[in-house]
Amino acid sequence: MRQYKNKDNVQRQAYYSDRFFVGPQVPRYDIASDDIFSKDLAEFREKVNVLDAFIEHTHLVLWIEKDNLFKAAELLKTELEYDMLIELSAIDYLATKDGFELFYEFLSLSKHKRVRIKCFIQKEEKVESLTSLFKSANWSEREMYDMFGVKIVNHPNMKRIIMPDDWYDHPLRKTYPLQGDEAASWYEVDKIFGKDARDIIGPEQRDPAAIDRYDTTRFARLGHEVPFGMDVSQFEPETPISYEEESGNTLVKKLKPEESVVLKRRK
Amino acid sequence: MAQHKINYLQDSGTAVKLTAIDKLVNFGRSNSLWPMTYGLACCAIEMMATGASRYDFDRFGTIFRASPRQSDVLVIAGTLTKKHAEFMRRLYDQMPDPKWVISMGSCANTGGMFNTYATVQGADRVIPVDIYLPGCAPRPETLQYALMTLQKKIRSESIFRAHKKKRLV
Repeated sequence: MRQYKNKDNVQRQAYYSDRFFVGPQVPRYDIASDDIFSKDLAEFREKVNVLDAFIEHTHLVLWIEKDNLFKAAELLKTELEYDMLIELSAIDYLATKDGFELFYEFLSLSKHKRVRIKCFIQKEEKVESLTSLFKSANWSEREMYDMFGVKIVNHPNMKRIIMPDDWYDHPLRKTYPLQGDEAASWYEVDKIFGKDARDIIGPEQRDPAAIDRYDTTRFARLGHEVPFGMDVSQFEPETPISYEEESGNTLVKKLKPEESVVLKRRK
Repeated sequence: MAQHKINYLQDSGTAVKLTAIDKLVNFGRSNSLWPMTYGLACCAIEMMATGASRYDFDRFGTIFRASPRQSDVLVIAGTLTKKHAEFMRRLYDQMPDPKWVISMGSCANTGGMFNTYATVQGADRVIPVDIYLPGCAPRPETLQYALMTLQKKIRSESIFRAHKKKRLV
């Protein structure tokens, strides 16, 4: 058995380190290298305070303060012709910085350019909804709330989108265990049968290789089927695969496998 | 009075067939299994292929029904998520007795490769299962074999015994 490791604060501990690992580095380019972006940025800077700006993977990345988020999106949409909100989500930095990094990806169909707005929020801080500007923000913001627990204000329908409404916690946070917490592991049992049924149904079997071939109450080996609960640890009788009983079946012609022919070629 | 005499007790060529009522009822039940049109994930594609003309499920007397009230077999074809388990159970409860369940594919059997927070680790945690069909996804032939095995199981059941309620809890 593997030695038990304390998993209380997994995110702070390095659980795996590759000796030859080199962190991926995306080269950042100066804004001056692109005419359209430098013009856009100059216009953007007049209205919104920009903390940092650079070009990454041909995208213009703008770091702003989270209070300016709505103003920035409105500016991008109405004046700079970035008319589509492609994607928005959060990145979990709860362990290192106690907050989330939000990114909003915009596309301009007329300029063929993409802009990414980034901002950082503290754990309990709320952000303004962009639904009144971009329809696509509606579901994305709900997903961000569902998966990370980032709260949105002025959203028309602020509830979970993927997980059930009575789900506990936000699954895409790094502290959320992959196989679910206590509430998740009993979710379906509690919901369908009630908490009292936990003892009867039992905990989840999480071992993917859990097969006991001698357990004839739950498993049957193909070609070696035996009556329910028979002890086969000493001897496994062979039962040839058959589609019907020995005695035959009413009104159905008995299949004789030894008389069947395998065709070499399709007729 | 007819001139010729027929031995009605003889097995072949007669107008009368003697059989047990068990066999007769089970003959009817096992050869008209109506599964519910219900797919959860990729296994449903194989289930559709099984139902279509090439593999032709209809020759076993199985006709997919679009309502749980009209069906007696539930094929759990795909990954059962925890959010969905409740609805699956509700559909199962709506089916009239006698009813049977085929758990199709690894995901429905054990959770399969989805060893995660959102997947039910084996559909038998919420629904009593008769046939577990391995495979990811099982080929249509395999589903046919599962159905034939289920037919065999039904034929071995007694109809006089008070119907055992298939309840987990």
